[in-house]
Amino acid sequence: MREISCDQIIVTVKDLFLRANYDIGDDILAGLRSGLEKEESDTGKAIIQQIISNNKIASTERIAICQDTGMAILFVKLGQEVQITGGNFNEAVNEGVRQAYVGGYLRKSVVNEPLFERKNTQDNTPAIVYVEIVPGDKICFEVTAKGFGSENMSSLAMLTPADGVEGVKKFVVDTVKKAGPNPCPPVIVGVGIGGSIDKAAQIAKKATLRKLGSPHQDDRYGLLEQEILAEINKLGIGPGGLGGRTTALAVHIEFHPAHIASLPVAVNICCHAARHAAQEI
Amino acid sequence: MSEHIKRINTPLTAEMADSLAMGDNVLISGVIYTARDAVHKRFADLIKEGKELPLDLDGQIIYYVGPAPAKPGLACGPAGPTTSYRMDSVAPLLLEKGLKGMIGKGLRSAAVVESMKKNKAVYFAATGGAAALIAKSILSVEAVAYEELGTEALQKMVVSDFPAIVVIDNKGNNLYEQGPKKYQS
Repeated sequence: MREISCDQIIVTVKDLFLRANYDIGDDILAGLRSGLEKEESDTGKAIIQQIISNNKIASTERIAICQDTGMAILFVKLGQEVQITGGNFNEAVNEGVRQAYVGGYLRKSVVNEPLFERKNTQDNTPAIVYVEIVPGDKICFEVTAKGFGSENMSSLAMLTPADGVEGVKKFVVDTVKKAGPNPCPPVIVGVGIGGSIDKAAQIAKKATLRKLGSPHQDDRYGLLEQEILAEINKLGIGPGGLGGRTTALAVHIEFHPAHIASLPVAVNICCHAARHAAQEI
Repeated sequence: MSEHIKRINTPLTAEMADSLAMGDNVLISGVIYTARDAVHKRFADLIKEGKELPLDLDGQIIYYVGPAPAKPGLACGPAGPTTSYRMDSVAPLLLEKGLKGMIGKGLRSAAVVESMKKNKAVYFAATGGAAALIAKSILSVEAVAYEELGTEALQKMVVSDFPAIVVIDNKGNNLYEQGPKKYQS
């Protein structure tokens, strides 16, 4: 067994959320620059330039890219040969989130309960944590500070197997069309296909974290990603929704085995401020 | 779409609002007020009860924003627009009270656009996710009411050359409808 202390987890999680909120990924920047080259709309170009300038300011001045610094969501791969010492894993993760959001001048956007009280927890906890037990003696954290302007435009459908590829395409494109300017385009579209209602949504979120420029390893899904992206970029929504060619920077699909009776499809939209970071300890 | 940039000062006069057309790039200077979900809910409750609002809305611009905390030495933390549709159920009540401008991002309901035409008000979009850049144009922030709401409090912002685009003008012309048409093929 390899020992990893809760203190190490706290420092790692804190650092990840600071990095995610201050430094946009090189992959996203490359995607924005490529969009800028292809964009035909002058307004669209101006919006992308503003976004690129904004991201530079945030990184240089160590301030948040977007005022909505999101909900803290973590995908954790926990090696089965790891022994966590010095405390409770979930508490350590939340302490890391707390230290990042309180100490890093990030907005606290989480309320304790959704319906009656909606009292701000003042430290952006609790985080949403998905843990997968894997072989090995390391812990890998993949995190996203997920903004909710785009989260609110996400959608899920329980299609039938007969709806097939065309049904999936239509649902994804319709979801982006309906969202229009609301989710801060250019967006990244995460699509989860198969599994159950919860699994589809979870893998759609995971899909938004994949690095831009890395298509699905199964060529059939990689091609489908390209086809859906092309259709989305014919919607005309464009940067900021003011018209243009760059509505989405990427479509990422993840799939899971499905029940004979169902074809669940979840679409998780992520704004251009796709703030993710990863670290293995 | 006009190439040049129009400079406007608050409060927004009827003449100025009339002169703004869909697609105009503007730089806003003066006082604007921040309000989002929680303040709109409180405003709606006050109006329902026939009570006074904590500010006179005549000619004012409301910015839909909940800023991030400011680092020491900065006037305001990152402060980009939030999605406007969540304020749609209350916005017409405020337009009836003289509100002349709203800054946000995203679609508005038909009822809001109708009320904008009737009350001659303008809807501006700021670039969503350009929060660090936009904060550079904010000179000061000061709570006016509901301080306990934190980032959601009603705040007075003094801005200088705040960048925005006229998305829906006071005739109801809508860039979110017109803009995409050219690029749909």
